[in-house]
Amino acid sequence: MKTGAQILWECLIGEGVKHVFGYPGGAILPAYDALCGYPEIHHVLVRHEQGATHMADGYARAGGGVGVAMATSGPGATNMVTGIATAMMDSSPVVCITGQVGSKFLGTDAFQETDITGITLPITKHNYLVKRPEDVAPTLRAAFHLARSGRPGPVLVDITKDAQQSSCEFDRAAYSPFAATADNQRIDADQYAATIEMINASERPVILAGHGVLLSNAMDELREFAERASIPIAMTLLGIGGFPASHPLNLGMMGMHGEAWVNHAIQEADLLLAFGMRFDDRVTGTLKTYAPRAKKIHVEIDPAEINKNVRVDIALLGDLHHVLSRLIPDLERSNRQSWLHHIDELKGDSAVRDIQKLPDSGHLYAAHVIHDLWRETNGNSIVVTDVGQHQMWEAQYYKHEQPRSLITSGGLGTMGFALPAAIGAKFARPDAEVWVVAGDGGFQMTMPELATAAQEGIDLNIAVINNGYLGMVRQWQEFFYDRRYSATPLLSPDFAKLAEAFGLLGLTARTRDQVAPAIREARQRRGAALINFMVEQEDSVFPMVPSGAALHQMIRRPSPLVETAATEA
Amino acid sequence: MVRTFIVYVADHPGVLNRVSSLFRRRGYNIESLTVGHTHLPEVSRMTVVVGIDAQGGPLVEANLYKLPEVLHVHDITSVPSLHRELVIVKVAVSQDGRPEMMRVLEAFRARVLEVAAESLVIEATGPEDAIDSLIEGMRPYGILELTRTGRVAMTRGGAPVFAPESGSPKGAAPFWNSNDLTVLRNCS
Repeated sequence: MKTGAQILWECLIGEGVKHVFGYPGGAILPAYDALCGYPEIHHVLVRHEQGATHMADGYARAGGGVGVAMATSGPGATNMVTGIATAMMDSSPVVCITGQVGSKFLGTDAFQETDITGITLPITKHNYLVKRPEDVAPTLRAAFHLARSGRPGPVLVDITKDAQQSSCEFDRAAYSPFAATADNQRIDADQYAATIEMINASERPVILAGHGVLLSNAMDELREFAERASIPIAMTLLGIGGFPASHPLNLGMMGMHGEAWVNHAIQEADLLLAFGMRFDDRVTGTLKTYAPRAKKIHVEIDPAEINKNVRVDIALLGDLHHVLSRLIPDLERSNRQSWLHHIDELKGDSAVRDIQKLPDSGHLYAAHVIHDLWRETNGNSIVVTDVGQHQMWEAQYYKHEQPRSLITSGGLGTMGFALPAAIGAKFARPDAEVWVVAGDGGFQMTMPELATAAQEGIDLNIAVINNGYLGMVRQWQEFFYDRRYSATPLLSPDFAKLAEAFGLLGLTARTRDQVAPAIREARQRRGAALINFMVEQEDSVFPMVPSGAALHQMIRRPSPLVETAATEA
Repeated sequence: MVRTFIVYVADHPGVLNRVSSLFRRRGYNIESLTVGHTHLPEVSRMTVVVGIDAQGGPLVEANLYKLPEVLHVHDITSVPSLHRELVIVKVAVSQDGRPEMMRVLEAFRARVLEVAAESLVIEATGPEDAIDSLIEGMRPYGILELTRTGRVAMTRGGAPVFAPESGSPKGAAPFWNSNDLTVLRNCS
């Protein structure tokens, strides 16, 4: 006989779980008590349950496995909501386990009772309420399978206290995870033939590569596909890393803060190949004028994404790497010279407008920091970003060569994500270098997790891009609200001193020449280190497609060089 | 436009909430939703009537399939089908008015369930428009209380909308048990 609590841990071990991010409390106490009997599980004590869910999320995104977060009932469970919604929007496989009041007290407003399965219903792939120890194992088995299969996502398992405490028969040796389900072959030969014909006939194709490339492990197939037919690739924010930044066919990021030539190429294309992406409003601009001359082919695992935002000509439902492998042999080899040459021309004055080319004003710009970080780490670090201007600068200036090396909250845009997600990423890939890039606003949302990093003694480097504003909101206020900076100026603590208070290394950089030395010092230091980069306060992210505008109608970075040349001409 | 979906679901607690939440989140108003047991053990069947445009239909269907407990979805809006609704209405009617009222009821093939001193309880089954007419016909007498079930529907012809392939692979355990992969096949 085993208690439900023991069965819980033995199932987690059976699922290959090594790390659990959590916070104890009344209704989950039996599980925490039983944890003492399972030293093979390393429990990371967080400072807030939101941190636990982001850590599990970062762990899943960096390592490719399922992340596990644990909390008690009531406030413990409700604190997880933001992290669960974040994982849901970005298709991240996370299993959340919450304690619940005893089954006799359900619905009585008992102390720390909350209806967490009701609350998380629309933000989980599925959730379960477990009231008997017999149901613990089959439920966890289904939960892990659901979390990682198909389009991954978060699953919550709410276990009543009495289900943890009471006992039933359980054979640990007989537990095995569900085998991965074979990809449903829902594509017939005609669809493949039509797809191949459409691609071969296209003169101006663009691949739109999304998060699905990483989730499906389709990096090699994507590369072979693109190279064989010489099709340029535009990346979504979450797709970054799915195709090497240095590859000549990699155009860079598309969308609201995508490079100008990428958005122009999409608007001029005669064929869009959407691979594992969902035409989010942040990558399309207004749909009325989106890629008006392009036929569209959508390769997607989730049928609910087909024709959701953009109507497509062909939809291929399935696992991306299977679909691509099947398409590649029939793909006509082509060099598409004139199209690639034309895209090169589209770059036009972009390089001149780039902040790196602007005359040195003596000010430190975030782009400089990211650029130097990229150079110092040879582009090989995992970078976990928060949400806002720094996130976009990271995506623009850190050239990611490796899959799963950019971890960021794309869909939900969750400020406070970076630090806890980076802690999770470090546990998934302890040998990898991990950098947090966060703004002064978002960092303050979850900075108590510095204590978690300190307690765990992990190697983590943190770059706070400090401009004294909630920068992205300030930028919108500057562009669209007549510079009325309502509630965006931000007072922050001295982040370097704060790091020291946690027993970590704290540094500050104010000028460009201080950036690289600070990065080097942080990298050499064992344990966590934080650098407070005091950057230009009113810099903006360019280009920018205003909300509701067409994708090619971008606000460009003003450049004295370009403007002077225009006047002289 | 009003669309009609037949949805087969596992008979678990909370399934109704999951299905209705999917419409709620998108701001669709459910005109009617009926649910009840079927001849298959632990399988319930819903008839959902909801105001959605033609484009929204396939998306709702795809999203319903994302719920692990949804076994089968069929949009029968443009499929030849039989629609029925049941109404029970309590009407104030004196002894004098009854003969005339009985003629109206006969026209609608309505039945009298209960006769009281100053009222009648009437039951009728039919397509929604017939039920609407019956209610209009009762209005002059004074409707005291009324309940209608909402639409239940079945496609015409011999083919069932949903037929589980082969019962349970595990003998006693039902095949849609959360412990069984056949349920999870729908999940993407």
